[in-house]
Amino acid sequence: MPTITVDNKKVEFENGMTVMQACELAGAEIPRFCYHEKLSIAGNCRMCLVEMEKGPPKPIASCAMPAGDGMVIKTDSEMVKKARKGVMEFLLINHPLDCPICDQGGECDLQDQALHYGFDKSRYEENKRAVKNKHMGPLVSTIMTRCIHCTRCVRFSTEVAGVDDLGLLGRGEDAEITTYLEKTIDSELSGNVIDLCPVGALTSKPYAFKSRPWELSKTETHDVLDGIGSSIRVDTKGKQVLRVLPRINEDINEEWINDKTRFAIDGLSRQRLDKIYIRENNKLNVSNWDNALDKIKNEINKRGKDKTITLSGKFTDAETIIATKLFSAGLGSDLYDCRFDNAQIVHSEDESYKFNSSIQEVENADAILLVGSNPRWEASVLNARIRKAFIDNNCKVGLIGPDLDLNYSYSKISNSLGGLNDILDNKSEFSKDLFNAKNPLIIVGTSAINTSQGSSILKTCAEIAKKLPNFSGSFNPLNVLNQDISRVGSLELGFVNEFFDGDFSKKT
Amino acid sequence: MLREEDKIFKNLYGFDDWSLTGAKSRGVWSNTKEIIEKGSDFIVEEIKSSQLRGRGGAGFPAGLKWSFMPKDSGKPHYLVVNADESEPGTCKDREIMRNDPHLLLEGCLIAGFAIHANTCYIYIRGEYYDEASNLQKAIDEAYENNLIGQNACGTNWNYDIYLHRGAGAYICGEETALLESLEGKKGQPRLKPPFPAGAGLYGCPTTVTNVETIAVAPTIIRKGASWFSSLGRENNTGSKIFSISGHVNNPCNVEEEMGIGLKELIENHAGGVIGGWDNLLAVIPGGASVPLIPKSICDTVKMDFDSLKEVQSGLGTAAVIVMNKSTDIVDAICRLSHFYKHESCGQCTPCREGTGWMFRMMEKMVKGSAQVNDIDKLLDVSKQVEGHTICALGDAAAWPIQGLMRHFRPEVERRIKKYRFGEVA
Amino acid sequence: MKHPGMINKVYNISDEIFNWSEENFKKAAVIIKKYPDSRQQSAVIPLLDLAQRQNSGWLSKTAIEKVAENLSMSYIRVLEVATFYSMFNLEPVGENFVQICRTTPCWLRGSDKLVDIAKEVSNTKLGETSNDKKFTIVEVECLGACCNAPMVQINDDYYEDLDEDNFKKILTDLKQSKKITKGSQIGRQTSHPQREKNA
Repeated sequence: MPTITVDNKKVEFENGMTVMQACELAGAEIPRFCYHEKLSIAGNCRMCLVEMEKGPPKPIASCAMPAGDGMVIKTDSEMVKKARKGVMEFLLINHPLDCPICDQGGECDLQDQALHYGFDKSRYEENKRAVKNKHMGPLVSTIMTRCIHCTRCVRFSTEVAGVDDLGLLGRGEDAEITTYLEKTIDSELSGNVIDLCPVGALTSKPYAFKSRPWELSKTETHDVLDGIGSSIRVDTKGKQVLRVLPRINEDINEEWINDKTRFAIDGLSRQRLDKIYIRENNKLNVSNWDNALDKIKNEINKRGKDKTITLSGKFTDAETIIATKLFSAGLGSDLYDCRFDNAQIVHSEDESYKFNSSIQEVENADAILLVGSNPRWEASVLNARIRKAFIDNNCKVGLIGPDLDLNYSYSKISNSLGGLNDILDNKSEFSKDLFNAKNPLIIVGTSAINTSQGSSILKTCAEIAKKLPNFSGSFNPLNVLNQDISRVGSLELGFVNEFFDGDFSKKT
Repeated sequence: MLREEDKIFKNLYGFDDWSLTGAKSRGVWSNTKEIIEKGSDFIVEEIKSSQLRGRGGAGFPAGLKWSFMPKDSGKPHYLVVNADESEPGTCKDREIMRNDPHLLLEGCLIAGFAIHANTCYIYIRGEYYDEASNLQKAIDEAYENNLIGQNACGTNWNYDIYLHRGAGAYICGEETALLESLEGKKGQPRLKPPFPAGAGLYGCPTTVTNVETIAVAPTIIRKGASWFSSLGRENNTGSKIFSISGHVNNPCNVEEEMGIGLKELIENHAGGVIGGWDNLLAVIPGGASVPLIPKSICDTVKMDFDSLKEVQSGLGTAAVIVMNKSTDIVDAICRLSHFYKHESCGQCTPCREGTGWMFRMMEKMVKGSAQVNDIDKLLDVSKQVEGHTICALGDAAAWPIQGLMRHFRPEVERRIKKYRFGEVA
Repeated sequence: MKHPGMINKVYNISDEIFNWSEENFKKAAVIIKKYPDSRQQSAVIPLLDLAQRQNSGWLSKTAIEKVAENLSMSYIRVLEVATFYSMFNLEPVGENFVQICRTTPCWLRGSDKLVDIAKEVSNTKLGETSNDKKFTIVEVECLGACCNAPMVQINDDYYEDLDEDNFKKILTDLKQSKKITKGSQIGRQTSHPQREKNA
């Protein structure tokens, strides 16, 4: 392995690493604003300058320079300190001193790095630049005077979100970030630019002026609003949930979450179903728990156990499922199920309801067959991975189902699910792409499974999967993309009755 | 003085016909096929041994640059001619393109062949309308006469030349910004590495070269590298077009031998300084981005890369801006600071923020409303910009100010004192 | 004062929709062919230039969008280009777009005086368009004709070796819609040292 010397410490690094990454291996902290692991390298903030021995007589941008065998890097020399101070000063001269009213305060990269690397006072005596705020929609608030032009937001929207909405207009000191004619960012991942912005230029509109980061209790948890369960952190003040942020989880959501996850929390405090209602004569009447439980008891007794079915919903947690199962057992009944949407899932076969390949595997795919799924709406973060595969591996995407507005190009195979057989029989154009690929995947959506042909579709998909080159005893390229967070858990816990076979009319 | 027969640009002023007929009568396109048939290695070697240095400002050895191009990359190769002439003071390429475009086109074919390119783009600054028009007509003529295109000059080498007009951005004269612009983006310089020879236009191996560098190549090959290197001195060989502007009696472009004395250049060709040599204040010897030199240096300095480097300036594009004693030297430099502020692409922090700051401090220096210790602050800021940016525009913005303070600091201090205390005896 | 090429906004002052003229549509197709397949984005600057010529010297919102659609580019990417380059005017300009070079080589030879003349003859301020829509007067950075300083670009053409008198004459002639001659105004051959042709 090649080696690099950072501040007199020799470390091994992998080929393809940048100087910055190698420095981090050696434990040297490199300040940065524009660099972000998940985005392309811009090298424009110049904060990460380091000194390279035997290199040019000026510091180099470590984020962009490939590490080379035998390089000698200094990260704390006079040259580096001076360069950082200089860059820091430039970033601050036109940055407003409005930290006290800035929502980024307390979690601001600029604040933190100014503390460590900046001057203690300003030498700037000219007028500061003022930049007009831009409208970017109801979620992202802009205070563009604070912008330091790192272009993280532009790169995110173009590269990850796949929408060419943000751009840097003009040039020189008049350069400004905006959307085209200040239109709303047309992306289900738009909220991530708030996290990416290293300063307070892009902040959360719903969260504006609500709290300071140090006042919040931070609870690490998982998102329940789609089927993939992104890792999130819920920030609360007192009883109130104020915001949701992503946690880094390479297996699931990398470091993104979709806007639904991020902003749905207003539903916890506004227009919330927080009273008991009982439907009588087709009208909902306010009631209370005692009445409701009495009513349930009476109904069960009236109908008899064998006519009482317990269904679990979209957000039912595993503990409740177990409790309900025990409850049913107590009644002496096994009439429970989680397939309220008529999903034709065969419980005994793992492959019929799981995302077998793992989400991370999606970014290695070079061909993906989508069957009755719109990943952009059903699992936006997963969709970002498909887009990554599309960009990095030139992944071919084929679609069976209605036309979609995806942020990568795909070939439409057919509207009807009949196209599946063509693929299996090698009659479709896409068959070649799929069977000749190295890492092909199949993603089946719930809208394909929730039909009367659901089980045969699953069967055909399973047959196709078996013919794929990467299919093995330990790897199944067939994935079911569930829309509900509790589905897989319920199935795993056996909250299902085979007799229904997804058709409750049979029993009742 | 450069002898008439050693001049490469025989129609620099356009007295003669610029079209193909005129060009042929001056020997252009005369034995291009023979030259090409000597092979690309021969051409590159000949340019190398002529010690031709790039005429676009940086003075990088041209042959060496061409030799960086891979032999067999499996990708298309491109020659991109940098005709985005925008360095204040510089107007030499303009004369080549409007008065002798075939000289450039022949150079494009020879240089392109040498670097294994089948396609050449000439990126001309958008404001040069007539120049682009002449050049396009010349390209059309060359195609019609099979000098370029399929089987160019009967050499079995296919060669296309396309003219691409820019749209007003000094920064596109920086080679990677030029490539970005040619790809249809904002002209923001790229990070290096990778260098254009590895990944340039459309990610393919590319050589970006100044108009004059390309235009002199055919003559060098024809007359031989030793002829070229016999002019000037070691590492500073050949002849070169000098643009002389400012306070001279006859501002002009002139082709002269490298290493000619600055005084000789101004007096023999530009009619001398207005008010006489003793009325000279300072000269910016290589286009706006090089530091100025005061008269005391001008008296003896020679006009080549190394001589000017020794006096902490540079040959740059050999654009000589002459300022006599009537000049407000602080304002002269302040205007250059405004230029760099205006032309900064806004991509990287030190240049985006620093050029504006430096300009505003310079404005105060012009008026005198600054403090004396602001001079050191300004110099310190210029040092914070210099060497910390993606491209050389940051350096270019810093150097004129550093040059001013190096040689005219007393004048700046005098103004500040005058502003505060009135005229001091 | 703001150069119309240096603003970050898009205007659509009327309801007019930009559509290529038949001739320019053909020209656009020829331009796009200069670049390799799938690299049509390279044609964005030439196409914007063509659109600006067709649209009386400035780019409207619909012109920018038309170019974007022709090249399969997103609007914002084309707007980035249109705002970056100073030659793309993003608001209407007068019949004669007068750009006076202000950079040091021209300034040394009296470009300041040209500004005064321009203001006087056109009866307008720097960065503005005269009431009769005859002139838009702006100062610009180096136009690369320094050996013929001071100089001014009016629409496509350079007017060189100017002084107060000959520049005043040019503008007055333009005001009266008379023909003027481009290039050196003292009869000099390009950038030849001899000031007068037959001296």
